[in-house]
Amino acid sequence: MESATTRLQTKAPMMPERASAALNEARLQVRNLDFFYGDNKALKNIDFDLPARQVTGMIGPSGCGKSTLLRVLNRMYSLYPGQRATGQVLLDGKNILDNDVDMNALRAKVGMVFQKPTPFPMTIYENIAFGIRLHEKLSRSEMDERVEWALTRAAIWGEVKDRLNSSAMGLSGGQQQRLCIARTIAVRPEIILLDEPTSALDPISTLRIEELIDELKRDFTIAIVTHNMQQAARCADQVAFFYLGELVEVSPAEQMFTAPKEARTQDYITGRFG
Amino acid sequence: MSTTMNASSMPGRPKDMKASAALGARRRRVDLIIRAACFIATAIGLLFLVSILGTLFWNGFSALSLNVFTDITRPPGSNGGLLNAIIGSLIQTAIGTAIGTPIGLLVGTYLAEYAKSTPLAHAVRFVSDILLSAPSILIGLFVYQILVVPFGGFSGWAGSVALAIIVIPIVIRTTEDMLRLLPDTLREAVIGLGAPKWKMITLICWRAAASGIVTGILLAVARVAGETAPLLFTSLGNLNWSLSLSAPMSSLPLTIYAYAGSPYQDWIALAWAGALIITLGVLGLNIAARSLLRK
Repeated sequence: MESATTRLQTKAPMMPERASAALNEARLQVRNLDFFYGDNKALKNIDFDLPARQVTGMIGPSGCGKSTLLRVLNRMYSLYPGQRATGQVLLDGKNILDNDVDMNALRAKVGMVFQKPTPFPMTIYENIAFGIRLHEKLSRSEMDERVEWALTRAAIWGEVKDRLNSSAMGLSGGQQQRLCIARTIAVRPEIILLDEPTSALDPISTLRIEELIDELKRDFTIAIVTHNMQQAARCADQVAFFYLGELVEVSPAEQMFTAPKEARTQDYITGRFG
Repeated sequence: MSTTMNASSMPGRPKDMKASAALGARRRRVDLIIRAACFIATAIGLLFLVSILGTLFWNGFSALSLNVFTDITRPPGSNGGLLNAIIGSLIQTAIGTAIGTPIGLLVGTYLAEYAKSTPLAHAVRFVSDILLSAPSILIGLFVYQILVVPFGGFSGWAGSVALAIIVIPIVIRTTEDMLRLLPDTLREAVIGLGAPKWKMITLICWRAAASGIVTGILLAVARVAGETAPLLFTSLGNLNWSLSLSAPMSSLPLTIYAYAGSPYQDWIALAWAGALIITLGVLGLNIAARSLLRK
């Protein structure tokens, strides 16, 4: 906590130095994607890639379609009749928008963390074990190990290791959100989708989550929707700017924030609208 | 106070002190009348409640003895108890709840998680609400037609089924309401882990709504424990000791009904004792339901 505070005060960088601006090969490809809420077209002809083991920040004003796009990538929209997507989203050479896709297997591969922390009404241990049990049969000791691994990776193990059997509802908001991240990575997905994961949190918790994202991208491909430009600058390797259902620009983060190609991007990131 | 301030800050006619004082007096008068009316109405309501409970407690406790719980109903003057009525009520309420709860729970779940706002859901909801407010004597007559007449006699089973029919709509309504209170983000979080929908419902949604659902079940139990009309044509009542569900079965409300109208002082006293037992039982269930919901 101490180090988090000092870092918040001393650094709070608009543009942190990045090791390299180069993007890795694509882990997931979106091609000609259109999305409809009923008759209302919310995404228009989207094309972009999620580079493997890097963070893609998705920015844009409210209602621009960035969250909608995120919900396409794990087929969350399929829960709601009247919502549909056309085009292609390629993961391991397969179009996940096809009707014959096993959505439960897909969601094990593409995990999601939501804006509001959503702990389940059970113990901290059971919160993590729940997702694992859906997909794997582990012995008691293997399960203990996996739960510890997930909580450690989510940087919350130290805070909860003595209260694994108490209810997750008693954790603070920031802890709940890290628990949700632990729950997501416990299933060992390849891609993690974060939908404004820090918008309900205080600055210190936000910083911890951002540090966590930086650490997680060594193993996971990450897409994060954010309203916070600084957050996108701090976390992302690649940034995509959406406006009115269109993908205006997608560039390496450094380029996006120093020399955007599009005038609309420039206007948005300098705060002229949105 | 606020009128004075508004008036002074407003442009136009200078404020007429006399008129505004008269207005203030009028408002105070109306306020007094409304307040008095509310107070009197509350007092009348409380008066009835207190006199009912007072009479019940006075007559009930003075009639209560160990004998009430250990002996069965006997002819007047032979110092009987209510054991068969108490046990009969417990059995029929338990079976009625055991039949009605799973059905109500599943229908409520169907409405909240699957059917949502389809035409079928609206129809089911409508029918369930009608059933909820249907006079319970009708339910008794219905069960009389389908279980008593064809099977040749009054029975504990028929009484239990009648009670189950009353339990069902109560449990449907509370289950659906409680499930709909859960945020969709919780459902998405479960689905997002790759869980099938049935696991989402049974492992997370039911658990998250458990206290509310159990509250509904307890309220349903409290409601049917005091029902007389649906048992009148179904389990009939039985003055002898009988645990057979195929035979007429005794119950507290029916015994109270029969005894309270009798000319015998000791039977009337027993009716008071029975009424007190039911009231305390229902009160206990209500308190349990409330404390569960608060948690």
